[in-house]
Amino acid sequence: MRQGRFWWHHLSLFREYIANYLKARLTYRADFWVEALSDLLYSAMNLVFIFVVFRHTPSLAGWSQAEIVFVYGYFMVPYGVLNTFFNLWNFSERYIVKGEMDRVLTRPANALVQIMLENVDPPSMIGSFVGLAIMASAWVTLGLPFHWYDPLVLVAMVIGSVLIYMGIYTALASISFYSDAPTGIVPLMFNIQNYGRYPVQIYNKGIRFLLTWVLPFAFVGVYPASFFLDRGDGGQLMSLLTPVVGLACFSIGLFVWNRGVRRYRGAGS
Amino acid sequence: MSAAYLELIRIRFLMMLAYRVNYYSGIIIYVINIGAYYFTWKAIYGDAETLGGFSVAQITTYIAISWMARAFYFNNLDREIATEIRDGSVAVQMTRPYNYLLVKMMQGLGEGLFRLFLFMTPGMVVAVLLFPVQLPVDPMRWLVFFVMIWFSFLINSQVNLLIGLFAFFVENNEGLIRMKRVAVDLFSGVLIPISFFPPWAEKLIGWTPFPAISYLPSSVFTGRIAGAETWEALLVQLVWCGLLVVPIVCMWRIARRRLFVQGG
Repeated sequence: MRQGRFWWHHLSLFREYIANYLKARLTYRADFWVEALSDLLYSAMNLVFIFVVFRHTPSLAGWSQAEIVFVYGYFMVPYGVLNTFFNLWNFSERYIVKGEMDRVLTRPANALVQIMLENVDPPSMIGSFVGLAIMASAWVTLGLPFHWYDPLVLVAMVIGSVLIYMGIYTALASISFYSDAPTGIVPLMFNIQNYGRYPVQIYNKGIRFLLTWVLPFAFVGVYPASFFLDRGDGGQLMSLLTPVVGLACFSIGLFVWNRGVRRYRGAGS
Repeated sequence: MSAAYLELIRIRFLMMLAYRVNYYSGIIIYVINIGAYYFTWKAIYGDAETLGGFSVAQITTYIAISWMARAFYFNNLDREIATEIRDGSVAVQMTRPYNYLLVKMMQGLGEGLFRLFLFMTPGMVVAVLLFPVQLPVDPMRWLVFFVMIWFSFLINSQVNLLIGLFAFFVENNEGLIRMKRVAVDLFSGVLIPISFFPPWAEKLIGWTPFPAISYLPSSVFTGRIAGAETWEALLVQLVWCGLLVVPIVCMWRIARRRLFVQGG
């Protein structure tokens, strides 16, 4: 019962925040499109890379162009969802250094939910839709069979992948509770995450282990995408782990966050 | 007068030194990126000996040196200028007895020199240890390479000035700045050597200043461009560097006349 109220309460908050966002944003309509377009440019660049490279080779470690494109399309979906609902890139700057965390903590709603809502960024969602379209076109090119359960599995996989991102980035944001110096660790992670775009098979054993079990970025791209590709290389088995790894990651992230919040003493004097 | 400009380089250098932590993680980021592209290119080559005129050894060296050179020539002058135009502080800068654009170049140079000594050099050592990079043995090639990345810095900064100055004419040039960044990464050859593009695209890109920023110096370093072609590459850089001065000066002249500070 109490749980139900908790969710209902935060859902109505979400509606309010979105309404406010739209009011603020419609004043600068051009910015919305500029932001949405420039996000896509980065993905376009990576796709151009794939297309140019495949002019010179029939396969990349046994993966065809359509398969790589499919993996990249999948990669874009959870990433767009993450950026829409979990835009914590400037957490340390805005909430710790400028002290907005104090304001958030005095309110009754969950602190993490409030911060998520304050930074909600709908233009990023366009990336997810483009990702879906890319997946669909690669799906047709590859002539993959379509099962009734595929959309459901896709939703479960995307949720799992988003939870992995959220877990890792929540844990990273929590570092700001312990150290007020900019650590540069977020851009670091952002670059490691790029390894997830390509099949892990192209990397050496060490990196493959890292991407699977330590910083599981392989579960935001190649593993869950393998479920649909069904290449018969054990990838499908790994893909089923995506939701599990997602829950584990997110639990760890929340644990670190909650400890950090308890330790937080406020900024400055 | 030139002492003032030297001072600007020194100040920016020291400022960068104050944010050391960012710089340590920066080295790791570059090594991570080199690693990601190293493995990707290894998979692309597979059993092939040469692709796009690059041997396997050359492409590894090419990736490493391209990213390291990027550390030197990369700067955010476009965003800095746009911000100063938008918040109006450019008006104060204009009243001072120095050339605003030169000041920006000097600040960029301070940043670049900082990264050259404390970032590129240790980063290259790490890259050589981790990946099979082949450094050139010919001292002449080293010398030419350093001259060429100096021009890389100039051309890249000129492009940045040009994009930054657009903020005089439009309210928000953030989109343009991001577009330029993608264009530079893609068409300068950091990610893919230009010779890998389809012939029509290669020809088209050849008419832009972007390959002069990264593709030409890195090709010289790896030995793909050698002999007389080296001097041609250098000449291309020189020409672009000279050509780009024209639109910058024109825009600056017009901009000064129509400066209007938002909310000012």
